[in-house]
Amino acid sequence: MTALSALIRRDIRIALRVGGGALIGVLFFLTVVVLMPFAVGPDLALLSRLGPAILWLGALLASLLTLDRLFMADHEDGSLDLITMSRTPLELACAAKALAHWLAAGLPLIVATPVLGLLLNLDMVATGAVALTLLAGTPALTFTGMIGAALAVTLHRGGLLMAVLVLPLSIPVLIFGVAASQAAITGPLSFGAPFSILCALSLVSLVIGPFAAAASLKHGLD
Amino acid sequence: MNGLVPVKMELAGRGITCVRGGREVFSGLDFEAASGEAVAVVGRNGSGKTSLLRLIAGLLVPAGGTIVLDGGDADMTLPEQCHYLGHRDALKPALSVAENLSFWAEFLGGERCDATDSLATVGLDHATDLPASFLSAGQRRRLSLARLLTVRRPIWLLDEPTTALDAAGQDMFGTLMRDHLARGGMIIAAIHGPLGIDARELRIGGAA
Repeated sequence: MTALSALIRRDIRIALRVGGGALIGVLFFLTVVVLMPFAVGPDLALLSRLGPAILWLGALLASLLTLDRLFMADHEDGSLDLITMSRTPLELACAAKALAHWLAAGLPLIVATPVLGLLLNLDMVATGAVALTLLAGTPALTFTGMIGAALAVTLHRGGLLMAVLVLPLSIPVLIFGVAASQAAITGPLSFGAPFSILCALSLVSLVIGPFAAAASLKHGLD
Repeated sequence: MNGLVPVKMELAGRGITCVRGGREVFSGLDFEAASGEAVAVVGRNGSGKTSLLRLIAGLLVPAGGTIVLDGGDADMTLPEQCHYLGHRDALKPALSVAENLSFWAEFLGGERCDATDSLATVGLDHATDLPASFLSAGQRRRLSLARLLTVRRPIWLLDEPTTALDAAGQDMFGTLMRDHLARGGMIIAAIHGPLGIDARELRIGGAA
């Protein structure tokens, strides 16, 4: 446990330092959402109808933006070798790294959502619903994205491959995330069904992600 | 510096074949090393010195042959009893010297000694709060050496360890290696120049 908490604390600390990934994601999210009303025009009804989808797209792209460095930095400076050799199972180390990434880069997106909801003419209930679905859905984005990040290290290719690999995996999360938000705001479907599926996607990726990433890293040892 | 319990250990490789990227690097390599002994792996560039160290560290899978450790801690695998000091320093530029060292101490776990003492031994105690990005190549190497001292492991796998160290640093490192051997440790080092201590030579791939 000491080893895992040390790993989580180190990754969060690096992300929060100058040049770390945490702020980049939030700034990207902010940029996308702030620019959207200018692009769509001053139609308030349209904005609030598009609001949940815009927030979800922004959050998805922002989390993908920082995810490709998840293992790359450790691979380049040799830390990954030592992590692989240590007594801590690689699966748990992968899970710890993903958790640290979510805490440093995913959680700030959810905190920023209520503020950005104002720009999209969403009321309190609507922003609350979007923030809740993001809270349930962003772990799935991080943990499936981790598989792509591990493959990107193994295959010695950069971010482009990562986007190609991860985007199909994140589409279900996007669909059910937006569906649950829309259901909470306009109906007529119930909020419960898509939200449950979203939670299920997160739980499944929580289990599968670390194993797939560790298997990929082990296979690609060189 | 109090030491390890001196357990007699023997590391032996038999008929090891290493293939990387479809090319056979070396084949049928035999070696052995015992506790208290240093082995210097020599050979021309590309002969597979680093590959051999990574095979022992479990970071590469041998295409043939076996590597067996006799003695040592039965609860731990061979890689878990090794320190690997590679070309890359495993340091995070955003973290300070002390943070880098304490992370590895906590993550690697096991028997450890005081991080401040290790930093003083390698001559970095004046720079504990300095971000690692400001360190010179030699200082980075010294910080990596402090990791070997802070967390105790019986087997040291060193890949050209004296690179970037100044004369005083090489003397200091020679003392550290002699202490490690005296405590019953084992050193396998890939080198081009002199290692600084008496070592048995293991030549890979014919004459250099």
